[in-house]
Amino acid sequence: MLKEYIDAIKLFAEQNLPVINVPVELWYTVWLFIFGGVVLGGMMMFAGLAAYAERRVAGFLQSRLGPNRVGPQGLLQFMADGIKLVLKEDLIPAAADKMLFKIAPYVLFIGTLGVFAALPFSKYVGITNLNLGLLYILAISSLVVIGIIMAGWSSGNKWSLLGGMRSAAQIISYEIPIGICFLTIIMIAGTMNMNDIIRLQEGSVINWFVFRYPPFTMIIFLIYFIASMAEVNRTPFDIPEAESEIVGGYHTEYSGMRFAFFYMGEYGNMFAVSAIASILFLGGWQSPLPFFILNELFGDYAVLTAIEGFGWFLAKALSFVFLMMWLRWTLPRYRVDQLMALCWKVLLPISLACMLVVGVWMAL
Amino acid sequence: MIDSLKLDQATTIVKGAAERLEEVVIGEEMLINMGPQHPSTHGVLNKVLKTDGEIISEVFPQIGYLHRGLEKMAEKLNYHQFMPYTDRIDYLSAMNCNFAYCLAVEKLGAIEVPKRAEYIRVIMAELNRIATHLVFMGTMGLETGAWTPIVYGFREREEILDLFEMTCGQRLTYNYMRIGGVSDDLPGGFVDKARRFCDALEKKLVEYNNLLSYNQIFIDRMANIGVLPADLAIDYGVTGPPLRGSGVKWDLRKNEPYSVYPELEFDIPTGKGEQGRVGDAWDRYMVRMHEMEQSIRIVRQALDKLPPGDIRAKVGRVFKPAAGEVYVRSENPRGELGFYIVSDGSANPYRLKIRTASFNNLSAVPPISKGTMISDFVLSLGSFDIVLPEVDR
Repeated sequence: MLKEYIDAIKLFAEQNLPVINVPVELWYTVWLFIFGGVVLGGMMMFAGLAAYAERRVAGFLQSRLGPNRVGPQGLLQFMADGIKLVLKEDLIPAAADKMLFKIAPYVLFIGTLGVFAALPFSKYVGITNLNLGLLYILAISSLVVIGIIMAGWSSGNKWSLLGGMRSAAQIISYEIPIGICFLTIIMIAGTMNMNDIIRLQEGSVINWFVFRYPPFTMIIFLIYFIASMAEVNRTPFDIPEAESEIVGGYHTEYSGMRFAFFYMGEYGNMFAVSAIASILFLGGWQSPLPFFILNELFGDYAVLTAIEGFGWFLAKALSFVFLMMWLRWTLPRYRVDQLMALCWKVLLPISLACMLVVGVWMAL
Repeated sequence: MIDSLKLDQATTIVKGAAERLEEVVIGEEMLINMGPQHPSTHGVLNKVLKTDGEIISEVFPQIGYLHRGLEKMAEKLNYHQFMPYTDRIDYLSAMNCNFAYCLAVEKLGAIEVPKRAEYIRVIMAELNRIATHLVFMGTMGLETGAWTPIVYGFREREEILDLFEMTCGQRLTYNYMRIGGVSDDLPGGFVDKARRFCDALEKKLVEYNNLLSYNQIFIDRMANIGVLPADLAIDYGVTGPPLRGSGVKWDLRKNEPYSVYPELEFDIPTGKGEQGRVGDAWDRYMVRMHEMEQSIRIVRQALDKLPPGDIRAKVGRVFKPAAGEVYVRSENPRGELGFYIVSDGSANPYRLKIRTASFNNLSAVPPISKGTMISDFVLSLGSFDIVLPEVDR
């Protein structure tokens, strides 16, 4: 998708500005850096705003105010936090495995950022259009676990180690029900291409995959949502960083910008799983109406479709993010073994059964 | 990894834990320092855990970080002067500590306390009990990972602190009671405000029970965790809500009535094993929730019956009780708070020993924690609701 745009820009430049004659490799590299920067900046921005939103939501749920001093309604709080974190000393414990300790936050962050490369943000808008988009997402997001284990192991702190181990066990277990949910969607759609999956849900609400084979796809959707919450370590599954039990979990020993990377990774991941939920089950950037409102009002321009599509996509994804925040500030957390029991004894069998039923239904 | 079946076994072990532990522990054991700066120590308690992965094989509580030598200080101060120090025994229920000390000294000096003062004391003590239990509810929520109950608990506690501030000007360490009575009479509007608070809290408690107590995840976490059998509780001298959580109906306000408690009607909630076994963490938690309801009942009755009259008996500035000794105990929110005072006839106590509930309650934690997971240990320790200044004194 991005390549097409870069090619188009190159063509345009060659036609209109004949002086420009750069080698193809350099051309792509430069543009990839620019787009990469945009995505990175967007994600950091989102992480900051999400952290702010989380605190406001928490304040709302707990009958208090939350941050409201920096900027209008405290909106610039994330800037203040960011500056503070940048200025903090980057502490490395004496007992740490220094190399791994330094790399771990980046590994985790790359795992999160990598997911964004395959997300279609709107019609015509996205970084790549991978044929195996879903598989790629499943694969790249596993880097997060490696980052967490690295952090937990290299900190040289027993609490961090416990947190890292818990986290590894949890995320690996929950990837299985998530995989089953993906499989069901792949079965229905017959493709792993994210854009094609969205296109198959065109029309209106009734064409969304969540309503395709009622109530089985709905159950699959619910399972995906629960499992993805466990995947991003949110309450009631925030066991890896359970403060009252194992202090800060795997990021106990981190400070400054490295800590900020964990933080941004967490919020970025939250958005990523929400976005995937909205793409796979709720039609991504498709309008819930049979038409795009802006197109209906102002004519059939591709730009308007893209803008409105992006709006729908954001609305769907952010409502999941809000739901996760709401749950976090309401529920207690599970214990490690209860969490595993929930995954292996409840979610996995139910998701398998649903997949089977959907398969049979499709064959009929 | 240890399979979940064995984990289940491990978490429910109470007695004979050591034998069964042999089967469960396979790996290498390590020592972990939990505290004194751990988020769930409720102050400065250091627990050295011997664990295999997440399963605890032994707990060694290390106390003394908050030792201030209150008992020795008492010998250098006269009876009146020691009153503010009792606030610091248990800062969350300072009124009750004041109360207990007054009872002891009054018994030693055979002082008759005016009826009105007695009622005011009971109102204050019960309001403070509610405040303490509200904080307990919040911290229990934190321990299980729910962040919101503590804010709600503190919000309601704030109203109680307002009432206290109205009366004695203080919000944490009140120094309100005096030997022979209380320092100030209730201010105008106190009775109405207290009544309104009782009405409001009653509704809120239902809400909190729905939010936390009967939350399925919370029950899953708390039921069958840290089961303290009644005989073990008695052996270790456990008192207060943990003892009642184990199903023993023992409350000094009923069993050894003091002050005006015999004139007031209330029940003693005990653990019934509603969600799991009798004496588990959930029972200990729920006993406190029910106690708040009973405290509301007591406060209401006391407000209704509040007689007019003096608030303080005549006690000289230099108070010299006759030589002798006395041990008086009373029901603190955390259990039995006893003062053993030996008088040699001078203005200072010859010896003053404080028996605090938290110390004894804490001693029962290691034996019931063998074979549990760290997560469960946090909960079972939390459900005893110890307060460190009370442990160390």
